[in-house]
Parts: sequence; C-alpha cells; structure tokens
Amino acid sequence: MDLHHFSLRQLREGLHNKNFSARELTETLLQRIHTLNPQLNAFITVAEATALASAAEADARLAKGESGPLLGLPMAHKDIFCTADLPTTCASKMLENFVAPYSATVVERLAAAGMVMLGKLNMDEFAMGSSNETSYFGPVHNPWNVDMVPGGSSGGSAAAVAAGLVPVATGTDTGGSIRQPAALCGITGIKPTYGRVSRFGMIAFASSLDQGGPMARSAEDCALLLDAMAAHDPRDSTSHPAAASDFLRGLDRPLQGLRVGVPEEFFGEGLDPEVAAAVQAGIDQLAKLGASVQSIRLPNNPHAVSTYYVLAPAEASSNLSRFDGVRYTHRSHAVENLDDLYRKSRYEGFGAEVRRRILVGAYVLSAGYYDAYYLKAQQVRSLIREDFRRAFAEVDVIVGPTTPGPAFGLGAKNADPVSMYLADIYTIAVNLAGIPALSMPCGFTRSGLPIGMQLMGDYFADDLLLNVAHRYQQETDWHLARPNLQTGEA
Amino acid sequence: MAFDQDAVRRTAHLARIALPQEEVPAVAGQLEKIMALVEELRAIPTEGVIPMAHPLDLEQALRPDLVANQDARQRLMANAPAAEHGLFLVPKVIE
Repeated sequence: MDLHHFSLRQLREGLHNKNFSARELTETLLQRIHTLNPQLNAFITVAEATALASAAEADARLAKGESGPLLGLPMAHKDIFCTADLPTTCASKMLENFVAPYSATVVERLAAAGMVMLGKLNMDEFAMGSSNETSYFGPVHNPWNVDMVPGGSSGGSAAAVAAGLVPVATGTDTGGSIRQPAALCGITGIKPTYGRVSRFGMIAFASSLDQGGPMARSAEDCALLLDAMAAHDPRDSTSHPAAASDFLRGLDRPLQGLRVGVPEEFFGEGLDPEVAAAVQAGIDQLAKLGASVQSIRLPNNPHAVSTYYVLAPAEASSNLSRFDGVRYTHRSHAVENLDDLYRKSRYEGFGAEVRRRILVGAYVLSAGYYDAYYLKAQQVRSLIREDFRRAFAEVDVIVGPTTPGPAFGLGAKNADPVSMYLADIYTIAVNLAGIPALSMPCGFTRSGLPIGMQLMGDYFADDLLLNVAHRYQQETDWHLARPNLQTGEA
Repeated sequence: MAFDQDAVRRTAHLARIALPQEEVPAVAGQLEKIMALVEELRAIPTEGVIPMAHPLDLEQALRPDLVANQDARQRLMANAPAAEHGLFLVPKVIE
C-alpha cells in the first residue's frame, strides 16, 4: 500500500474504512521523512512527538464517529507560520531559537480540523529567494533531480509534497513563492486572492503582497486544504469579510464557454522553448474541453519585476526592523552599546540576501529618493492592476507559463541576484494586483524536469481556477507522475 | 545612477546593519545591479496615476472594545536573549 502517493480523498476513505489508523498513517510518513529527508532537506523540524499525539487524538475522534473532511490527515507547515510550542525559524539564524507565544490562525484552523502536523518545512530565509538556497539551514534539493533547486521560497513545501513526505503543505506567496516551486517540483499550488487567508501569525515579508495558500499533488487536494485555511479573521485587518468560500462545490463544472486569454507578453524572449511548447499543449487541451482561446495584452507586465523590487524591499525593510536583538532574536555578544547591539545582531542574524533587500528598501524609502522610486513604483502598480481589469472584462482566465524555464542547478544563479529575480518574471504581477493564480504541471522537459502552467483569475475567482485545473487534471495525467527516489527499500 | 560605497555605508547605517568595510565594495556592486533593474521605472509615464498602496479597497474594520489578549508575558519573555526581573536587558544607555 503506497500511502505516500494517496490523495487526501483516498486517505480519508482508508481511515473511514479502517484500512489503517491515523497513527499508522502518521508513522508511515514519519518513517518516509526519516528515510528521504537527508537527501532532500525539506524539513527544518520534524515534530514526531506532537504528530503522534495529534494522530492519537484524531483516532479517538474517528472512533466516536466524527467525519470532518481533514480529520486525521497529515500535513506540514512552511516554517514561516508560527506554532506555539514548536520552533518557528523562518529559515533564519535570527530566529534559530524562537518559539512563538501563539499559533498562526492557519495553524489553529488546520489543527482544529483534526489535521496531523508532521513538522516545519524549509524555505528561503524570510521567504526571500527563488531557489531555497538562502535558507540558514541549507538548500532543499529537487526530488526530480537532487542536483537541481526546488524553487522558492516555499521550496521545502514543494519538495515534501512532490516526494510524498506529506500529501499537502502550506506555503506563502509574495512574488511567486507558491507557484514557482510548485512548477519546478511538478505539483499544484494556488496563491489565493489577497485577503482570503489570514496573515495572523505568518511572519511578514511584504505585507501588501504576502498571501498563504495550499500546495498539493492535485487541484482537488488544494481545494480541500484551502477550504479549511480561508476564513475572515478579526486578528488580521487585511482579511477580507468574504474570505471563506466552498472551493469544492464548483470543482466539476464543465469548461464549455470558458474564455481563456493568452498574454503575448508571457511568450516572448527568454522563455524556454520546451516550456513554451508544453504550455501551448496545455492551452490546446483547455480548448478541447470547450474553452475559447484568444490572445490578450498585459502591456505593463514587463515592468512587474522592477516595480516589485522597489515595493517588496521597502515593505521588508520596515517589517524586519522589529528584529533588533533585544526581545526574541539572535543577539550579538561583543557589543559596546545599544546601537552596536542592534547593528551587529542584525548583521549576524540576517543572511546576505535578506540584508541586500533591507538595504534596497531603506534606500528607496530614504529622503530624496522616496518620490523617484517608491511613489513611482506604486503608480506603476496601479497600471499593472489596470491591465488585469481590462483583460478580465474580456476573458475569465489568463493562462501562461509559471516560470521562464524548468528547475536550474544548485548554485547556478547565486553570483548575480538580478538573474535570480528574473525567475519570477511571470508570477510577480499577480501579487502586485492581488488577484489569485494557480500553477499546475503540464509536461516535462526531455531531461525529465516538470513544467508548470499558470492560471490567473479575477479577484475572488479562486474557485474558478481550481475548477479549471481540476477539469484539466481529469483529462491529463501530468499531475500523477512521481519522481524516482532512492529509499533504500526493496 | 552610481551606487557607490558611501551610499552603501549611509544606507547600512539607516538600516542598522553593521556591514564590515571589506564587504562594502561587493555589496555596492550588487545594489548597483538591483538599482539598474528598477531604473527603467523612471521612464514610464505616470502623470495623474493614483499610487496603489494595497490590493483591496477595504474599510478599516472595527471590533467591539473588549479585552481579547491573554496574558502571554511568560511566553514572550522566554524568548528574550537576556532578561532579569521580567525586564529585557540591554547594554547601559544612560551614563
């Protein structure tokens, strides 16, 4: 019985038919993590004791006849979500020994649904990166080829789901951090509409862009997890009153009459030809399912990366000023005075990429540069949102590649930060606008690396994206392919 | 625009990051590249465009003024790098 390949629905059936208990399921996956994590480095913390305790509790609830859709099912959190009683590091030396005094709303909601949390997943430090190489705890390796990056920043989540260490995981997406690793690891992930998923207890990177979401091996499993994650939260002032929805209800709707827009800007220079061909075949498949396809323009999309690298660092420099060495972070030892304590603690606690972004942010916000950079970028952000508004007057879904190329080699883009930033060239505009977008597998390169196709929707059209992806996955089997991993088992 | 070493030192001071002098030239080079990337924004016509600060046009929500926060003093202090008598310790600030 390959439990590690099961979908959430199959696992739930197994629990209810008493083919296995939540405890047996938890033990099986903990064993798999034990075997495979040394080569993948997907987990920062494996929570064996608390997982077994939650599994026992779930078994007791199941025995009493409870039947919640997620009761007893395993998952893991990106280590950006605060968990009381378990370390939350954000993959930074700054928070190496931090134990949050409370749990994130997302953590509380999934625990209340009876899910069994197996641990905390590796990521780029403070979610800043596109390859998972900025983690203080070392890079994550791509399960399809361990010499390749898994993408980032939610690289541990993507690798763990692709490798069958967990069926589903949480991620966060500020400029592509759910969708890009989902594409590079051959799984499905959705960045919901901004305001769907509570940011309470989710360590802030860029508050007007950050959004949590589910990562899974199918759109259906994403919908199941998002159903439990999304809700209005009075503790997050940017949580939308209409955040909750039934993401499963419309999953099977036929695609007849669906209007698909294909942006010219997403198929220009710099796109890998194998990725272009696979995404085009995916669009053809949607047409076969009844969608009408038309070409559209998003003329300001080419400005998204530069806009983002003003606004996101500006917000980050402000958010990360709370890490001062005084109250709950790394503290430098050899200090002479308070200013020295701040400066040295922050130098030692933050890695090079995080320091770089804080410096960029401090610079664009500083006197004399604010109007030229920060205000200007906010204006271009308006133009980018207007592009989407115009497009969604004509089409229901926008489809294109998630990334310009497949997974790249570990270390390949480390010398030049800007070449790394361009890995998110197709994902960033979505965060600037705040609309939902999903990545799902649509093929493989000749060298066997997964390719992702991105679906973008209008505000609160998350359910439509999941519907389109689910119908696509009913007709194709890219999402069913699994990497070959050496488990040492016969 | 040249992101010179002085600009790096000034910005590192604003950000309270003790960047060692030997790292300043390399960081200047990287920041120069990043600022060259964002430089193209300045040529985009944006006259009269309203700056967008946030994706959602939400009204600030109000809730009833009730005590909601639980006392988490002990849990918060448990993370302190140095504490005494329930207070965070820092180097002397008043001579």
